[in-house]
Amino acid sequence: MKRFSQLAFPYIVWSILLLLLPMIIVFFYSITTGGNGIISFEFTLKNYIKFFTDPDFVIVLWRSVKIAVKTTIICILLAYPVAYFIAGNNDRVRNMLVFAITIPTWINMLVRTYAWIGILTEGGIVSKLLKLLGFAHTELLYTESAVLIGMVYNFLPFMILQIVSSLCKMDRSLLDASSDLGANGVQTFLRVTFPLSLPGVVSGISLVFLPAVSSFFIPKLLGGGQYFLIGNVIENQFITVGEWNFGSAISVIMAILMMLSMYCVRRLESKNSQESD
Amino acid sequence: MKKNKRIIGKLSMLLAVIFFYLPIVYVVVFSFNSSKSLTVLKGFSLQWYEKMFRDTQMMQSLSTTIVVAIIATVVSTIAGTLAAVGLSKSKKIVRRLVSQINDFPIMNPEIVTAIGLMLLFITFGIERGLLTMILAHIAFCTPYVILSVMPKIRSLDPNLADAAMDLGATPSQALLKVIVPQISPGIFSGALIAFTMSFDDFIISYFVTGRGVKNLSIMVYTMSKRVNPSINAVSTLVVGIITAVLIVINVLPIISEQLRKRKARAIEDTEK
Repeated sequence: MKRFSQLAFPYIVWSILLLLLPMIIVFFYSITTGGNGIISFEFTLKNYIKFFTDPDFVIVLWRSVKIAVKTTIICILLAYPVAYFIAGNNDRVRNMLVFAITIPTWINMLVRTYAWIGILTEGGIVSKLLKLLGFAHTELLYTESAVLIGMVYNFLPFMILQIVSSLCKMDRSLLDASSDLGANGVQTFLRVTFPLSLPGVVSGISLVFLPAVSSFFIPKLLGGGQYFLIGNVIENQFITVGEWNFGSAISVIMAILMMLSMYCVRRLESKNSQESD
Repeated sequence: MKKNKRIIGKLSMLLAVIFFYLPIVYVVVFSFNSSKSLTVLKGFSLQWYEKMFRDTQMMQSLSTTIVVAIIATVVSTIAGTLAAVGLSKSKKIVRRLVSQINDFPIMNPEIVTAIGLMLLFITFGIERGLLTMILAHIAFCTPYVILSVMPKIRSLDPNLADAAMDLGATPSQALLKVIVPQISPGIFSGALIAFTMSFDDFIISYFVTGRGVKNLSIMVYTMSKRVNPSINAVSTLVVGIITAVLIVINVLPIISEQLRKRKARAIEDTEK
């Protein structure tokens, strides 16, 4: 027995070195001044102060949160009917449908996002379709809508799969019980099905909201150069500007923000389930 | 009422499938376009494939992607499986701690993980390039392997290894011949997750690479500023590779099942 536990030892060392240490280094960079070596450094809160006192950065952060919230809401609204339909089938069909939703997610995100450039560009399928419907000259590519479409496209499958799995865990006899007790379809849905699927919605939110806030290639590819989100700012600090300390501070702010938002969502969910108990 | 609901469900399912597959179909169709346009189909041609195969940068990025994905998958699958077996026998506090650390790359935004690894390599003076990309991929793939192997180990009888060793197996035999076959579905799905995570990765690769080493995602990202239909050709290739992998993975179990049945039948026949 003891001998087997030794098998974990190399990985414990590895995970401390390559998973824990990087996070410590990021934090260390965020609270020190630029141009530091390992020996000579100076602690400072300048990087954090710079972020919160510069309205430009705060606006970008706010914009990132806003578009991530929009993406999440759209994903819930679109995912629910699809997930509900998938969950209502027998096992064989359900697995097939889940597989159909999963396949595209296996293909490179960059490649799939790049494809939207052709679809959304002036004269592409979508603008032709809009013209047919009577909308004259609509520019889509390099607008916020394009970024929103790209995000929903990339993250919607996760929401669908989460809701499907929570709907499948539900005890089907509860639905019969509900209708036996006189509830109609809408009542059953609102008071039985929906509350029971909430855990799936919540884990779906974390799989959509988190990557949406921090995404930087979707806004870059589909939003053009003008549409900046917090991920783009971080990328710039590291790749172009070279201000690693400031970039690290923004990363720490973002990581904390996400932990807080996930904590709130989880709290909300547990509160909800307590009320329904 | 019920029928209506089914129709709405079917319709939304159909729209979702169209939405998800449209870009993929689009890329494949336009990779055969004879003009440079991304919106108008002129005719059939293979010129973008020709250009792609002659483009050394593209071919290099493709081979980098495949090499990194294979190495990362093999190493992280083995390391993750060993770690999971070891952790299942470790003290609770160790197990807790490691699973907390494991959660970092899963819970953190990818860009934060990427920056952490980049700064780590810089701090230790490791030159960024292919090696750092491989190390980073192993680092973020292994937690997923552990996550998919762990539940399988938990469902095993904890005395299984002891029983094997009491019957004379060495610890490594007990591990390879008794434990591993029992948890192989978990190992297999872990390897699959690792492969696709590595094959598709952009953000982490982008930050930890250097010296012009690019994988496919980085190449698409840097080339997307100008219209270049060769990207469609290489994307189609990617779609082809992933589809082939998926088909193999889904067909192999069926074939091996049939082979086993045939073997069983043959044995039955000889017994008669």
